[in-house]
Amino acid sequence: MITLENIQRIFPVGDQKVHALRDINLHISAGEYLSIMGPSGSGKSTLLNLLGLLDRPDAGHYRLDGQDITPLSDKQQARLRRERIGFVFQFFHLVPRLTAAQNIELPMMLAGQPVDERQRRVQQALKDMGITDRADHRPDQLSGGQRQRVAIARATVMQPGLLLADEPTGNLDRASGKDVVDILETLQQRGITLIIVTHDPTLGERAQRCLHMVDGAIVNDTASP
Amino acid sequence: MKTTDIARYALGSLNGARSRTALMLLAMSIGVASVLVLTSLGEAARRYVSGEFASLGTNLVIVLPGRTETAGGEPSMLIGDTPRALTLGDARALLRSSVIRRVAPLNIGSAPVSYGGLERDIPIWGSTAELLEIRHWRMGLGRFLPKAEWDRASPVCVLGQKVRKELFGNQPVLGEWVRIGDRRFRVIGILESAGESLGVAVEDMVIVPVASIQRLFNTSSLFRILVEARSREAIPRVIEHITRTIRERHQGEEDITVITQDAVLATFDDILQALTLTVAGIAAISLGVAGILIMNVMLVAVAQRTTEIGLLKALGAPGQQIVNLFLAEAALLSLLGAGLGVVIGLAGNGLIGYFYPDLPMGTPLWAFAAAIGVALGTGLLFSLLPARRAARLDPVQALARR
Ligand SMILES: Nc1ncnc2c1ncn2[C@@H]1O[C@H](COP(=O)(O)OP(=O)(O)OP(=O)(O)O)[C@@H](O)[C@H]1O
Ligand SMILES: [Mg+2]
Repeated sequence: MITLENIQRIFPVGDQKVHALRDINLHISAGEYLSIMGPSGSGKSTLLNLLGLLDRPDAGHYRLDGQDITPLSDKQQARLRRERIGFVFQFFHLVPRLTAAQNIELPMMLAGQPVDERQRRVQQALKDMGITDRADHRPDQLSGGQRQRVAIARATVMQPGLLLADEPTGNLDRASGKDVVDILETLQQRGITLIIVTHDPTLGERAQRCLHMVDGAIVNDTASP
Repeated sequence: MKTTDIARYALGSLNGARSRTALMLLAMSIGVASVLVLTSLGEAARRYVSGEFASLGTNLVIVLPGRTETAGGEPSMLIGDTPRALTLGDARALLRSSVIRRVAPLNIGSAPVSYGGLERDIPIWGSTAELLEIRHWRMGLGRFLPKAEWDRASPVCVLGQKVRKELFGNQPVLGEWVRIGDRRFRVIGILESAGESLGVAVEDMVIVPVASIQRLFNTSSLFRILVEARSREAIPRVIEHITRTIRERHQGEEDITVITQDAVLATFDDILQALTLTVAGIAAISLGVAGILIMNVMLVAVAQRTTEIGLLKALGAPGQQIVNLFLAEAALLSLLGAGLGVVIGLAGNGLIGYFYPDLPMGTPLWAFAAAIGVALGTGLLFSLLPARRAARLDPVQALARR
């Protein structure tokens, strides 16, 4: 599903260059459950952003579902993000003035889907996340765990093949963190490709495949000894 | 993204930042209101002047002796001894045309007018019965000059309201005899007060038959001949008729000047139109200021909503969609501001109309269109930069921190 070839990402900081990613080669199959771990500043988020088309590599090739996305225009990449990729963030990033239901509806609204279809899918997503009774609550009226569930509902409502989560439990207590992980794993069992960046070893080890990054390089990949 | 969704989303974010929205609405509406009020004032001035000209008499053509018209102004002494004088005969000759409805010869002078020991120097107009209709005056009391032979110097006069008040107070006036210069005249009528009609104080004059004034000042020439054309369209033919007739009577010399009401009015109209546009331009500057304020506030809004913009991008909104969202906000703001501005502007016009009832206040339709168009234009134009900035935002950076 995903193939990275010799990916480089370099940030110029003043006169110096920070090699956030050095020569990354990676293949991820559809339906995999993958965790990325490593010390702070090792390039985990940079890799995830690249996979999510939020960032472009400085060198190398990225193939998503067999298609080389590096030469695609911003508009085409936006379309791929909309239809094939879901994001879950550490800080939820819900729009504060919108209700839970409206936040979940957002990607479908951006895609210009018909209203009744949107309503139907929002209801379904709320039910799947067990927050139907919170549909009309604003983010500030929700607990952290509920917020992240709204965010997951929003990330999956377009039924993408790839779900990217950057420290999804980083801002949650243990119990609600576990709930969120359960939801993510359920989604993965239903067929979605799940990639989680985390600092939490117990969470990281639950994944079928663990990547360990240090200083912009993958130093350990449990899939290839 | 559907248009209704764009509108709803934009409305939502405007509603989410009330004080910011209120500030921009205020700036926009003040701009629009000032455009409306100032253009209305300009337009009122134009209408006022046109109205004055209409009250001076419609389809009026004025004949003056001499080739060119020089300085105007209130004559204090009898004027008419220019190269070749106009005479009553000239005036009468003009009557023989189907395109001319009325002709009134006119002489003006100033003489002491006295009654019962009171005496005052007052402008004396000498004319004929036709003057009343040509100038659109009305009688307050009695009759105007008799429709008699122009050569008959009947000893009758018509007074303006002010003259009557000063000489007679509240006493009955019709049939009384006043002395003008060294002659006696019987008062047969009082003009209705018409205020100031383009520099002519209708209240402060005495009108006598033209033959009488010519005797009073011992002259045979005329100051002016007022001619009323049958219609507006006939005016060119009237002018042609006048010049031909007078040339024939003056041994081939074209020693008169013909002024039409239209020409003067057109000049005034042009000047006032220019004035209105200038004033509107000045008002448009305030709209420009509103635009800059909108730009500023929009830039702040973009900075404050960085995370939201980054999120929209992560959810798959292309840059153009984000530009559209911000422009939709600007358009909504501009339209709401323009609407509010129209209300404020109309209220302002109403207020001015209330305090200055003489001003024919009224907003020309183009001013509405222009104000709303310019509001929308500035709103969109000045939001373009913030919107573009929002669209270019790097989503990774935008989402990195809360
Ligand atoms: N926009 C940027 N400009 C400059 N340097 C950057 C930028 N983004 C990331 N970096 C650098 O790239 C390196 C990798 O950053 P990244 O955010 O991917 O680390 P991370 O593994 O996600 O760390 P953490 O666990 O703290 O989230 C870091 O050294 C960081 O300073
Ligand atoms: Mg990170």
